[in-house]
This record gives sequence, C-alpha cells and structure tokens, in this order.
Amino acid sequence: MAKLLDEFAELRNSRVWRSMFRGGTGDSNLRRSLTVQQNVFLHLASVKIRRRALEVGVTWYLGTLSLGCFLILVVTGILLMLYYHPSVPQAYADMKDLQFVVSAGVFLRNLHRWSAHAMVLLVFAHMFKVFYRGAYRPPREFNWVIGVVLLMVTLFLSYTGYLLPWDQLAFWAITVGSNILSAVPLLGAKLRFLILGGHTVNANALLRFYVLHCVILPLIAVVFLAVHFWRIRKDGGLHTGLHIGEKTDG
Amino acid sequence: MADEVKKQICGTGACTECSRRKFAKLGVGSIAIAGAGSTVFGYAFLSPNVLYEPSPIVDAGKPDRYPPDSVTPDTQSGLYIVHGPEGIYTLSAVCTHLGCLTAWKPELGIIACPCHGSKFHTDGVKIEGPAPRPLPWLKTWLSDDGKLLIDRSEPLEQKQFVRI
Repeated sequence: MAKLLDEFAELRNSRVWRSMFRGGTGDSNLRRSLTVQQNVFLHLASVKIRRRALEVGVTWYLGTLSLGCFLILVVTGILLMLYYHPSVPQAYADMKDLQFVVSAGVFLRNLHRWSAHAMVLLVFAHMFKVFYRGAYRPPREFNWVIGVVLLMVTLFLSYTGYLLPWDQLAFWAITVGSNILSAVPLLGAKLRFLILGGHTVNANALLRFYVLHCVILPLIAVVFLAVHFWRIRKDGGLHTGLHIGEKTDG
Repeated sequence: MADEVKKQICGTGACTECSRRKFAKLGVGSIAIAGAGSTVFGYAFLSPNVLYEPSPIVDAGKPDRYPPDSVTPDTQSGLYIVHGPEGIYTLSAVCTHLGCLTAWKPELGIIACPCHGSKFHTDGVKIEGPAPRPLPWLKTWLSDDGKLLIDRSEPLEQKQFVRI
C-alpha cells in the first residue's frame, strides 16, 4: 500500500503530470487553491465554501440534481442519435426499433425520457427553493435572471424533443404549440412558418426541431450553465442564510 | 520616444482621441451593417422557397358519392363534405382553437374536437368549447369534367352550395 502511494506521489511529480496540472500536490492551502484556479472546469467553482453550504437543508441539492439530469440527457441523447434518422416516416420506425430491436435501446430511451421529465421538475423545484430561501436577493439577482433563461431553455428542449418520436401525440402537440406561437401579434404567422419550415408540421419541421433539440439548445444551455455556476462563486458562494449587512427588505 | 512613435503613426500628437472615436464608429458601423445583412440573409435562408406540401386544391371525386343528408369526413385532407338540404358544401375539419383535427360523431350528429373539447354543428357553428370561431367553409365547385373540387387555402366569407 505504502509502495503504491509512493508510486502515485512519484507520478504526480513526473514531468508529464506537472505539465497538465501545474498546481502540484495538494499539500497546502495555496497549492489547493491553485489547483482549482488553474483548471478550466474547476475554476467555475469556488476555492473554498462554507461548511453549511454542503448541508442538505440549504439547497436540497436541487441544482446539482438538475445538472446530473442534464449530463444523463447529453450522454443518452448522443447514443440515441446513432440510431435515429430525423426524416418522415423513418423517425417513427427508428423510435420503435430503439424500443424493440436495439440492444439496451429501450433502457436508453426511457432513461432519456424520464431524465427529461425529472429535469423539468427539478429545475422548477430549484427555482422555488431559491425563491423561498430568498437566494434571489442582491447580490444574486443576476444569477436568478440566468436561471430563468435556463428554465426557458429546459422547457424548449423538452418541447422540441416531444416531436422527435413522430407519433400522434408528438404531431398534435407540436401542431397545438406552433398554433399558440401564431397568436403572437403581427409576427405570429411568420414565426410559425419559420419554426416549422412550412405551413404544416411536416418533414421540415421534424428536421428543424431535431437540429434545435440536438445542437442549438444544448449549446445555449451549456454556455448559460457555465455562467450560472461561475456567478455562484462571483456572488459570494451559495446562499446559506441572511448575514449582517445583507438586504432583508421584501 | 513614445511621443515620437505616436506622431509618426497619427501625424500629430493630438489625434489619439479622434482616431479612437473614428475606429469605434467604423467598428460599430460595420458590425451594424453585418448584423443587418445577417438578419436579411438569415430570414431568407430560413424561409423555404419550395415546399413539398400537398396542393390546397382537393379532388373529391363525383358528387354522387355524397348522398343527401350525409357528412363525409376526409381526414387526409382535413375536411368534411356535407350534403345538406340546400346542396353540397365543405367544412374545414381543422379546429379554430389550436389546429387539431376534429372528428365527426355520427351518433350525436355533431363535430367534436378531441384536443380541448370544442363541439360544432354540421354547418360549422360552434356549440361549445374554447374554439373562438366556427369551422370555416371552403370554396367548393364542379370542374368541367363534373368532379367536385375544394380549395383549402382561403375560407369563404359567405355560405355557398353546390346544387346538383
């Protein structure tokens, strides 16, 4: 065991390791801070957090759980894309093949579907938790706004994914949804035409929703997620309760 | 040294501010032009020029296929061909609420929408439900070879019947 630890320590001091992780070993607070600051992914998070911020009651981990759902959705979604053609009527047959022919296909599809439902639920729960704890108050007001954008992106992702099975439920849900869009004053009919790529829910609409669902909306989500996490650090860490000097009005 | 360099670049030493402003104007201007161009280009690109959608004009066959006092749904084309006492007319089967395909209920003698529960008479008039307008009448006429043709693109302003 001791030998193994020695070898690991040697590895961490090797030239290759040091070229990747310049902070070095975590043998002091400075080194630990540098490790977080110098890593492109970790630097979104704080170097230090309050012990209280890790307690279940503060957040119920709702934001982290939402992120977990998002990651599951990305992985399962990419795998589902390997067996799915966004064309009429092949899309429906591919969805059925995923359920009955592809090995583990039904598991992946159901995991994607249930994670999508869970993510919508968790994002709403996260929003309510933030609201009732007053964590939207200054200095965190802008992160609340980013959170609202992320809620919208989550809902649009859910909605665009709804069309992809190309079954009756999908077709009529998107028919109804796109007709709601046409109620926008002046631009409504034009917007509906652009989003569907035609006058009815058809092959163009399926392809547009596929691109939105698999490329455009996930990219927007990733960018806003990064800003959302980074703002937690910049706004003084997770809200763990009111402190002296913080605004309490409202 | 620095002043000399500045003089060489700008001609006079006093032009740092104005050249910066000029640069900003040029930059913002070109970004605005590029943005406007991208908007026009993007709009044109996203609007399909050719649509592979079914023709709005439907050939419903010979009118004797529709006996008196009958309602014949054509779910493929989204319409009802009704042969009433005054003649043949066509109703759109697309609900005026949110575009669902309505269904003919022969046992009740009404048209009902499965999505949100709107109900209509066979002349299109709303009985109940969230639909804001009656089902529109569609232009129906006889072609030269005696076939019933229906134009789905424009709803009729006034009732018209095809009498045989």
